[in-house]
Formats: sequence, C-alpha cells, structure tokens
Amino acid sequence: MSVAGARQGGSAFAVEKAWRLNPQVALRNEAFGALAYHYGNRRLVFLKSRALADLVSSLQQYPSAADAIGALVPEGQRASYRRALARLADSEVIDLDAR
Amino acid sequence: MPVDTAPPPLKEQFTRGLDAPICLTWELTYACNLACVHCLSSSGRRDPDELTPAEARHIVDDLVDMKVFYVNIGGGEPMLRPDFFDLVSYAVGRQVGVKFSTNGTRLTPERARQLAALDYLDVQISIDGATPTSNDAVRGEGSFAAARRAMDNLAAAGFGPFKVSVVVTRQNMDELDALAAIADSYGAQLRLTRLRPSGRAVDGWDALHPTAAQQRTLYHWLLERPGVLTGDSFFHLSALGEPLDGLNLCGAGRVVCLIDPVGDVYACPFVIDRQFLAGNVRAPGGFPVVWRESALFASLRGPQSAGACASCGSFDACRGGCMAAKFFTGLPLDGPDPECVHGHGEAALAARGERPQSVLGHSKIDRHGTPLPVPMPVRFRSPART
Repeated sequence: MSVAGARQGGSAFAVEKAWRLNPQVALRNEAFGALAYHYGNRRLVFLKSRALADLVSSLQQYPSAADAIGALVPEGQRASYRRALARLADSEVIDLDAR
Repeated sequence: MPVDTAPPPLKEQFTRGLDAPICLTWELTYACNLACVHCLSSSGRRDPDELTPAEARHIVDDLVDMKVFYVNIGGGEPMLRPDFFDLVSYAVGRQVGVKFSTNGTRLTPERARQLAALDYLDVQISIDGATPTSNDAVRGEGSFAAARRAMDNLAAAGFGPFKVSVVVTRQNMDELDALAAIADSYGAQLRLTRLRPSGRAVDGWDALHPTAAQQRTLYHWLLERPGVLTGDSFFHLSALGEPLDGLNLCGAGRVVCLIDPVGDVYACPFVIDRQFLAGNVRAPGGFPVVWRESALFASLRGPQSAGACASCGSFDACRGGCMAAKFFTGLPLDGPDPECVHGHGEAALAARGERPQSVLGHSKIDRHGTPLPVPMPVRFRSPART
C-alpha cells in the first residue's frame, strides 16, 4: 500500500539551504549516471551523469546545496547543476535537511 | 542537462542494457484456477520443478545486491503459492518493492487486511471487461464477480489505491470508459496493457487484437488520460505522432526480463520460448550472472537491424514495435510489428510463413494429456466497422 504523505509535491528548491538525498530514495549507479527510485511515490528518476549522482549523494556533507555545488562542480557548469537539483527537489529525490 | 525522464541519448543507453533490470517480472507459479484465453504463460498446472521457498528467497537476496528496486510478481495465480505471503513479506522487508497481479479469487477479507499492512506493496486486480459477460468470455465464468469481490475487500481493508489491470482487446475497446469508471469508484488506478499473441493467445490473437481503427482511438484515449498506466506496452502507437508516456522502447534483455516459476530467465514476460531463454537462476552465479553474461542478452544489447522498417519515417518513434508480437505471429524480428499503425504489419502477416508452435505450455490437461478447453471467445459480437 502507499506510504503516507508520498504524493505531496516536493519542496521549492533554495540553494542556500541544506539538502540531502531523500531517505525514501535509493540510488543505483549506471554507466549513464544513476537511477533514483522513490519508495514512497514509486517514481523512477534518471540522473543523467555520474557527476550529478555524486553531487546528490554528497549533499548531506555540506552546509548548503550552494556549498556542495561550489566544492564539486566546475564553475562553468554550476547553473545547470542548480537547475538539476531544483528538478530533483520537485520530484522529491532530494529534500530539505533539518539538521 | 541532467535529470528527469528520457530524451533520446538516454534511450540509446537503455538499448545497450543496464547493470541490472529496471523492471523485472517474476512469475511464481504456473498453477492457476482460471484459464484465460489470452494467458501469456499458458498457465494452469503447477510445474513440479518450481522454485522452492528457499530458492525464491535467494532470488530476493540477489535482487537486493543488484539494487533492483521492485519486482512485478505474476503467474499463474501467484496467491496459489503456499509461501506467497512469506515471500512477499520477505521481499518488502528487504526493500524490494512488490507489485503483484492477481485474478482476485483468493483475495479474501483477511488476505486484504494482511496486504494492507505491508509497505512497498502494490496490487493489480485483472479484469478484461467492464461487465460479467464481456469479462467472463475471456477469463471464465464467475471471474468478474470474484475480481470485484477482491476489489471490495481491498477497499474495505483500507488498502489505498490499488490498480485495475486490463488487457485491451477488440471486444473491450468500447468499454474503456466503463473500466475507468470502475477503477475510479474505488479510487484505484486503471492500467491498460497490450494483448500479445503469446502463450494461449497464439491461437486467439487474430480474433482478439484491436482493429487498426481501434488502435487510433486507443492512442488518443491514452493521450487524453496521462493518469492511466500502460507499463510502456503501447509504444508501437507512438508512431501515430506524439509519444505516449514511458520509455517507448523494447526493453527485452536490456532493462526488463522474466524469471519464470522454474527459474528460467527469458528476455521478457511475453517471449516464453526456447529462442528467448537466457539461462536459469539455478546455474552457478544465479540470476546476476544470467543478466550480465547471457549470450542472448548480449546480442539484444548490441546493434539491431531495422530491416524492412529502415526506410520508414516512424522508425525512431516505434523502433519496429514488439519483438514478442512479431515472433508469435510468425513475422521477422527485423520488420514491422503485426499491429504497425501504418499498416505494414498487415502486408507482412499476409506473406508470413509458419507460426511457431510453443511446447512450453502449462495449460490444464485431461487424463489423456489433451489440453482442456478454455473459454474461447465464440460469443463475441463482430466489432463495429468504421
């Protein structure tokens, strides 16, 4: 049966906040990047590069998404990775980390 | 840039195969208490060589290691397996989600409450018509009432949104709205899948498969209802224009496969035939080695010839359609789908040779070994001509 609360939309992405890989999501690395499966809403999302998969897995180690991007993504590509994280927040692959 | 569902380059990656399946079908038993005319696995009799409970649990362990997030469990009727609940509980307990298909005959109020208590579990109740008359002509006497009782039981147990699963046929095309209404009445999701000429449907397909006009109607019906699930099974219809939701490719041996009740691994659930047998989970290394090292899967993951479809402007949309549909209608695998929306399949069917005779059925037999009759669709009226 469904897991409670799984069908509500994801949080609006704010790059200055702390994010994490949603605990309900499992990642599986593949040659193209990774598969992300959300056990709550049963959605499968494709992360289309290994670098993005690494970034998502590492978010929790940084005080904010901006810090993670700054540390892991080359300068010219940061805007596209911010957009990618925003879409992943929308599909609940990542969520706000209230630590 | 990164993320989200599949634009072409990613689709290309999928055709070369993944490290583990995205969507694995696992048929737990060939035993079935119904005898549907279109059963893709020709089920009926349990096979004496079916996997033991310990072997079945071992498959779950392999799936955990491979990070297969969920399995589609079917049969036969999976609830007839004595260890059904133990196995399902074991799988979801190890974070392998389960979506299982059932005819509902064994889904009692008590079973419904047990299912409702499990996380990561989805249930699909199969019906193939919106009325007892249309459904029972395909699935057998009393099967509609049994399926509705199962739905009532799930609803009463507070299971939440289950799925109502329908194979689209020439005879039930006019009932799609009524089928959607049945699903809606339970807060359930409607799931439509394509009739394949596999298993017992090798014989019934000519009379059961939708007409060309019905296929166009279905395509537009689906485009207007993105909430209706299709399991990616109508990708041949994407040649009509805008692609339908889903990966829109044949995932056989690349992102999907079938483990059958005796542990044989086939390229997809619709090609239970020796030609598409990749190996067996009882061999050394088990399922992971079959998935990674089978020669059949390696060839499916290699470059494929478009054959007679190479010059068609729609090839990128439909990729020549469904391998199983071609194989079991006796068409070349590198040519059009028998239900090609541009009509190329009809010409190919007219010119085809012998159709394959499957020897792998588990249909019920009498004491002389003769298959028992299944409810053939003799009562169907002719489809409306358009």
